[in-house]
Amino acid sequence: MVSYIFSRTLATIPVMAIVAIIVFLLLRLSTGDPAAIMAGDAASPAQVEQMRHQMGLDRPIAVQFVVWINHLLSGDFGLSLHSKIPVWDMIAGRVGPSFALSISTIAFSVIVAIPLGVIAAWAHGTLLDRVAMSFSVIGFSAPIFVTGYILVFFFSLKLDWFPVQGYHPLSDGPLLFLQGIALPTLALSTIYIALISRITRSSLLEIMGEDFIRTARAKGATEFSVFLRHALRNASIPIVTIIGVGAAFLISGVVVTESVFNIPGLGRMVVEAVLARDYPLIQGLVLVFSFVYVVVNLIVDILYTVLDPRITY
Amino acid sequence: MRQIKRLATAALIAAGSVNLIGSVPSSATTLNIVMESRLSVLDPVLSTAHQSRNHGYMIYDTLLALDEQGVIRPEMVDNWRISDDKKTYTFTLRDGLAWHDGAKVTAEDCVASIKRWAQQDRMGRALMKYITDLRADGEKSFSVTLSIQTDLILTAFAKPSGIPLFIMPKRVAETPVTEPITDYTGSGPFKFVAAEYKPGVRVVYVKNEAYVPRPEPASGLAGGKVAKVDRVERIEMADQLSAVNALIKHEIDYLETVPFDLLPMVEGLPGVVVERLDTLGYQPVYRFNHLHPPFNNKLVRQAAMYAIGQEAALQTQIGNPKYYRTCAAVFGCGLPYESSAKSEMVIPSNIEKAKSLLKASGYNGERVVILQATDIPLIASMPIVIAQHLREAGFNVDLQAMDFMTVLSRRSNRASVAEGGWSLFVTTWHNTEIEDPIRSFTVTANGNDAWAGWPTVPAVVEGTNQFLLAPDEEHRKEIAARLQELVIDEGVVGPLGSVTKPVGYSSAISGVLHAPVQVFWNISK
Repeated sequence: MVSYIFSRTLATIPVMAIVAIIVFLLLRLSTGDPAAIMAGDAASPAQVEQMRHQMGLDRPIAVQFVVWINHLLSGDFGLSLHSKIPVWDMIAGRVGPSFALSISTIAFSVIVAIPLGVIAAWAHGTLLDRVAMSFSVIGFSAPIFVTGYILVFFFSLKLDWFPVQGYHPLSDGPLLFLQGIALPTLALSTIYIALISRITRSSLLEIMGEDFIRTARAKGATEFSVFLRHALRNASIPIVTIIGVGAAFLISGVVVTESVFNIPGLGRMVVEAVLARDYPLIQGLVLVFSFVYVVVNLIVDILYTVLDPRITY
Repeated sequence: MRQIKRLATAALIAAGSVNLIGSVPSSATTLNIVMESRLSVLDPVLSTAHQSRNHGYMIYDTLLALDEQGVIRPEMVDNWRISDDKKTYTFTLRDGLAWHDGAKVTAEDCVASIKRWAQQDRMGRALMKYITDLRADGEKSFSVTLSIQTDLILTAFAKPSGIPLFIMPKRVAETPVTEPITDYTGSGPFKFVAAEYKPGVRVVYVKNEAYVPRPEPASGLAGGKVAKVDRVERIEMADQLSAVNALIKHEIDYLETVPFDLLPMVEGLPGVVVERLDTLGYQPVYRFNHLHPPFNNKLVRQAAMYAIGQEAALQTQIGNPKYYRTCAAVFGCGLPYESSAKSEMVIPSNIEKAKSLLKASGYNGERVVILQATDIPLIASMPIVIAQHLREAGFNVDLQAMDFMTVLSRRSNRASVAEGGWSLFVTTWHNTEIEDPIRSFTVTANGNDAWAGWPTVPAVVEGTNQFLLAPDEEHRKEIAARLQELVIDEGVVGPLGSVTKPVGYSSAISGVLHAPVQVFWNISK
């Protein structure tokens, strides 16, 4: 296992290198000129050219790439073109809210979705199953921003239970933290609850037809034990897979959620950086996200071996 | 690796990230504001972005300023003298001016600031050609000598938008104009708190306790700039509906712009005031690309202008007539150089006239590429209306939607439409930025050196120079009217009326000023 983790970790290096090259080239080849953007609406062509020179954007792409890679290898992701603040400092300053939102969303989704899926499978074909799956379809179908605005309307504006916007770190107090994170978590969780509960239900239904379930029942195991001890554990591989995929796709979800609830996280930063064509910041963010994807996949692979000892690498 | 470790540490402490920022005393009054867009460039000389300008007004002071009636008043200046030949202006600074670090503001600082500003600002650049001497005469006095007789130097020093003349310490003002400043020491009523600055999240200003305001009451951008709150926290909010919800729930005190479509949510709501603080407003305009077909043909440009009109574009974009009006003035509706010349070409939409002109022009069905900035609330829908009117007149239109930043990049492309170029774009200027031909970019017509569109109309260049050299206001008005006729006839610019924006603020605050720029001194909470 240790050698597997080591080899997988090493494998991230070429992955990250390829990501770095692709991101760099895509940005340079896409429409948009950070110098023109920074100079503003009234800048003359000469002023834009001066700005481009000052930013180093007038150098050949190959030279820019070598400079960037050299800095990258020494752990320097450069300065934001606009704020002139180190990219890593900017990213580090925005990791907290996104991380908190992601963890709370995954945790809440798992806590709600797995029991929901188990109940739906247990009550397969009944009204309870249909109600649970109907909620799941709604969760799938409703865009996050619509869910977010509806939650704000009822729970913030009408009931005054939660703030409309903003984020407080835990250091501001647990109550403030929970008040700020509750609605965004709820909004972002709906799609994951729908996804995980449906997978849980279908995996369980598939497992429930297996011979070992019949054997367990024949040995006198209770339905509760059959579901949770025998079936759920064996159905867990696809569930863990979908949780892993969900965690990776959270990045796209947090972009919208962070905007609707004004959470100062990485999702909003991505949009801002792209709109401003802040190349160093975009490059840094994409590398961080790529790293997160790789780590999540690694964790999922490790969990497979924990959940099913038959799996070896 | 060290950086990755730092990031990992940040992730691990995640939600519980320790607040290293200095704590705010509980008795401090904090004004929470949300502006129209985020502040991205902290150098108000480098960028013409309105948010950079707004940031400038918080921390810097100006030599002169316009009051609520648009009259030039002294601000940092105690008085000024004009020499007998009317070519030398001598300014004397008032007592009590100090930088945020405690040092005194000197005439040397003013001279250095003027020099940097004049490299970047259009009006400054125009006047610098005629400035023969600019020097400090002592610690508190400096003089400007011109080779011509013009009082436009005062107008330029007092102009509120575009790039206002903010006074910076000499060491800061000596930064090359192509490099952003990194020292934000000002002498204004608020101080910028660099330690609390989080781009895209929050900008914090604290009251400058040492600021000595003028004795006169605040009026517009002039008078006593008395900071009546301890802190101003500018919260960057990307979502407009969230900002309006936050205003309704009193989580913020001030919203710079209430989107027109969300006005019904707050109008008449107890505890929220909706008001037009800036009655001068904005001028949406369109510019043609004069370099390539079809708009390199004057008749085609005129056909397009007859087709476009103003009312439908304004109605579609703004909706509520309280906030817009049609007006042909290229130098600002309701401003000193307003003229109705050629209004028949730009106010009504005359499709039949457009068709006949298009036929006479020899238009061959060349593609018209319109750049539509979808993220600028004042103009996002206007290109759709323009495109439809052009199609009705017989143009072959290709409407391309994109964010404004992409428009800025695409707009600098001088190639033909087949090579990624463009034919027409729409943008907007504050009326004080287009108030005369010296400061307005929209009427520039000096070919390759002109603003995007690059028209070549020597008579416009000549007229602009005549305006600068005009001996008095009467002559300037005549020249401005002639210029308006010329720029519309030549299709240099198409004015799209005038628009004002509603500001929303909590009734818990008072002292909000009526000015073309939203400022936060004089406000109590």
